[in-house]
Amino acid sequence: MTSNAKAAAVRFDGVTKAFGAVVAVSDVSFTVEAGKLVTLLGPSGCGKTTTLRMIAGLEMATSGRVLIGEEDVTALPATDRDVSMVFQSYALFPHMNVIDNVSYGLVVSGIAKSTARAQAEEGLAQVGLAGYGKRLPSELSGGQQQRVAVARALVLEPQVLLFDEPLSNLDAKLRRRVREDIRELQQNLEMTSVYVTHDQEEALAVSDRVIVMRNAEIAQEGTPHDLYERPTDVFVADFVGDANLVKCEITRIDGEDATVRLGSIECTLPHRGLSAGEADLAIRPESIRLGTDASTAGIAGNVRKAVYLGSHVEYTVDTEVGDLFVTDPRADRAIVAGSSVMVTLAERGVVLVRP
Amino acid sequence: MNRNLVWWMAVGLGGYLLLPWYVADDGFWSFTWLIGGAPVTADYASGLFKGLLHGRPWLLPVGVLLIAPGLVIGRPKADPVFGAALITIGALGLIYIVGQGFTIGISGWEFPGLEQLFGPTELRQEGMGYGALLASAAFLFMFTLGFAARGAIKGDVFVVGSIGLIVALVAAFVFFPVIRILISAVQDNDGSYAFHLFFPKLFDGKIWGVACVTSGLRCGVAWNSLFLAILTGASSTLLGLAFALIATRTDFRAKRLLRVLTLLPIITPPFVIGLAVILLFGRSGLVSQWLWEFFGVPPSRWIFGLPGIWFAQTLAFAPIAFLVLIGVVEGVSPAMEEASQTLRASSWRTFSTISLPLMRPGLANAFLLGFIESLADFGNPLVLGGNYDVLSTEIFFAIVGAQNDQGRAAVLAIVLLAFTLSAFVAQRLWLGRKSYVTVTGKADSGMPVKIPARVKAAVYGTALPWAGLTVVIYIIILFGGFVELLGRNNTFTFRHYIDTFGITQGEFGLVFSGLAWNSFRTTVSIAAISAPLTAIVGLLTAYILVRQRFVGRQAFEFGTMLSFAIPGTVIGVSYILAFNVPPIEITGTGVILVISFVFRNMPVGVRAGIASMSQLDNSLDEASLTLGANSFTTVRKVILPLLRPAILAALVFSFVRAMTAISAVIFLVSANYDMATSFIIGRVENGDFGQAIAYSSVLILVMILAIGLLQLLVGERQIRRRTDVVAPVPTASTGLAA
Repeated sequence: MTSNAKAAAVRFDGVTKAFGAVVAVSDVSFTVEAGKLVTLLGPSGCGKTTTLRMIAGLEMATSGRVLIGEEDVTALPATDRDVSMVFQSYALFPHMNVIDNVSYGLVVSGIAKSTARAQAEEGLAQVGLAGYGKRLPSELSGGQQQRVAVARALVLEPQVLLFDEPLSNLDAKLRRRVREDIRELQQNLEMTSVYVTHDQEEALAVSDRVIVMRNAEIAQEGTPHDLYERPTDVFVADFVGDANLVKCEITRIDGEDATVRLGSIECTLPHRGLSAGEADLAIRPESIRLGTDASTAGIAGNVRKAVYLGSHVEYTVDTEVGDLFVTDPRADRAIVAGSSVMVTLAERGVVLVRP
Repeated sequence: MNRNLVWWMAVGLGGYLLLPWYVADDGFWSFTWLIGGAPVTADYASGLFKGLLHGRPWLLPVGVLLIAPGLVIGRPKADPVFGAALITIGALGLIYIVGQGFTIGISGWEFPGLEQLFGPTELRQEGMGYGALLASAAFLFMFTLGFAARGAIKGDVFVVGSIGLIVALVAAFVFFPVIRILISAVQDNDGSYAFHLFFPKLFDGKIWGVACVTSGLRCGVAWNSLFLAILTGASSTLLGLAFALIATRTDFRAKRLLRVLTLLPIITPPFVIGLAVILLFGRSGLVSQWLWEFFGVPPSRWIFGLPGIWFAQTLAFAPIAFLVLIGVVEGVSPAMEEASQTLRASSWRTFSTISLPLMRPGLANAFLLGFIESLADFGNPLVLGGNYDVLSTEIFFAIVGAQNDQGRAAVLAIVLLAFTLSAFVAQRLWLGRKSYVTVTGKADSGMPVKIPARVKAAVYGTALPWAGLTVVIYIIILFGGFVELLGRNNTFTFRHYIDTFGITQGEFGLVFSGLAWNSFRTTVSIAAISAPLTAIVGLLTAYILVRQRFVGRQAFEFGTMLSFAIPGTVIGVSYILAFNVPPIEITGTGVILVISFVFRNMPVGVRAGIASMSQLDNSLDEASLTLGANSFTTVRKVILPLLRPAILAALVFSFVRAMTAISAVIFLVSANYDMATSFIIGRVENGDFGQAIAYSSVLILVMILAIGLLQLLVGERQIRRRTDVVAPVPTASTGLAA
């Protein structure tokens, strides 16, 4: 149970949204627990933003049910839902100053102007912008505008707080800081939050749980750890983090374990419901070890490219199982391009996936 | 309980029980019914008492239908029965009110079949008044409430209601009159159907005759109108292009002056230019006298007819073409011209093979605009026409002349409407998708290429003399009022101003003794009433078009833009035909003038609104909605403040048009409600040119003052501290221009 009394769970129950003949979201069900931050992650056009807008009430589900807390809000328009949203473009009202922007939601819901102002000041202080109330949005930097947008959504103390790619208009350095601020604020206030992004690193960094979407459907749902360590299929393995996707052969199933043959090496992995025969293997780039000692067992390969990036080195290695992409933090002992190497696999970061 | 439903039931029943159902003889704005015994006495009885006491029993079911929603008032909005019931009741109520209005007319049954069915009747109907209005509104909004409850437009009561309201208004005041004119084309003057008369009327030699080609006789009016429209379209486009090229592609010094010159005609009543042309080139005109004196050229009436109308129309409409084309010329990306030059094309080749072809759709657009404006123009042909008859004036004479042939007027109106509508449809279908002009919002680098020398010479050669002529015309307008009779007797006098706007000291204080005061007061008040209404209807329509998606949106857009393509004379005739008899009986009142202005000028408000609303990020609305504001509050607090420039443009334009319009007005004025323009036309017909000119310059002055005042009232929108002041020029006058 959470200490924030207003935070409510969000539940999608077989929700479909069609625009004419185009199905944007197809029979999707999930639950966001109260007080948690869940991210909808996926490539553009996968339906994640439509899903978010259906929680806000800006789009109406074609079929299925949307619940916030115990209440069925499927037919309720945005105005009547206790939800607020931080927009990609921030959508600050350009003709109102910062304090009017932040108190807007309070004023239109009938709270006295002076009370609304006091609450808005408090909200601004929460995002570190106390004293900026008199400025117009055009007089703030992008990062400040973004925080005003967050404050404006926060002061309503909504049941659910929504973020639509809130960081995409910020530069890379600022992005990391703001996402940490958002996460900290969300955890302190224990707000139920739904966050949309197409940036997998951002998703892993801020979320309690991540829902990966593809083609209007949910591809996989889980904690950031689950998604990275145990992607169910090729799509998720490839989309969340980098992965080498290679064909392998399951030679034997033994209890939970499968014996997998990849080129000239053999290893034991959880079979994850796959049966013997040809299968797909996802190998994280940091889970591949390259050895220059030709006598160790492994897959023989040849370094085609070696790119020095300061913190690590990226290699492209030709092998009998295909090109492998490898990262190695031991940048001081880089292997030069053209060298022959033996490829072995680490304990973690190697997993069987569905096609 | 649903608050909206309670409210509309209260409004409907209040209107039905308490207010006079019919409009009283003393007029819509008269409030004598308040003390005249409403709602019981015969003159001012409400719907209920008309039904019970005064022999209009068919009004009783209205009351039943108004109470009927009480059956579902306790049900929640989400209950399907609630929505369905309201849709049914609202639709039934509207159909019933409209039906009774049309089946029982001023002299009993409207349709012969009904008389056979029910026997002759003594029942009489009058024009709808407050009661009927409120009851109809109540039914309309019950209907839209029902739709919103069923989930239309995300269940948004305000938006569904607005759509319903606008559809109803456009149906009543645009489509109904046009349909009425179509019907009356197949009727004879007594109102009975006479289909056999239609085709002889339609293919009359006076309309389609081609005698001017084969012999020296006159051609039909349709050909005259078409020929004139093509000439005017071409000449105003060429001039507009010349001005646009000077303003954007040369280093001509007095560019600002050019802009002012081209804006002036917009605040000039259309026929005033014709008038000035007469005073310059007429038989006793300044130029004609001068030619006679120094060169021995005998004065003649050559200016009356095609040359004069063409000349005056080009003067009047070239500025509109300029406003369209300046955007087009500016829209040609300098990058493309620079690309052409780096590919070693000379500046002439660049202009003729790159710049000009890129402007082609814009040129066609400007041509069609001039074409439509010329066809619709009424003032100049009336003043300068001579023997050259065109459709718009023929329609007028068919109604007011000795012939008083409504059927002929209707047929002529249909021909004119067919021309303008074809141009309108062509413009929308063909040019709508064919614009090369790209406004990306990204600043294009590069300087616009200067035009080649020979083009420059040609452009200066046409535009500058023309600009000079415009200056002369306005000097005439300004000073013509201060001389006895320009050309004949050039002695200085205040007589004309005293005659029109004199104020004398009478027995009981000041007396507004000038002839013009009456029409002046009417004009200003009608313009002042109709301008805000036009802006509201126009911007509301724009909001719906830009921000809402619904079935039939395209038809909705077409319907609301249509009235722009309906010439004023056609509006005038159709309003007379449609609103002279119940159920809506408003001819001879100020209301009909206001309504005609609102619906004629509405498309401009829509345009201005669409243009600026499409620049507002949609997520501003959505942010407001998710913060708990409903769409009405969103419009009021977020959208309207950001639309100030569009509001100003719509207000200015509709005010100016209401002050200067003549074509529809001349049919709709009455003794009590005379308008400035029709008064001036009357002076011109009497030969009182001095008074006409004096009055016109006062109008122009008032409009300049009013524009300044509106600018002050509406104010700037502030989204930056240092507002970069952009003068909100009423560019909306480009009307059809996208």
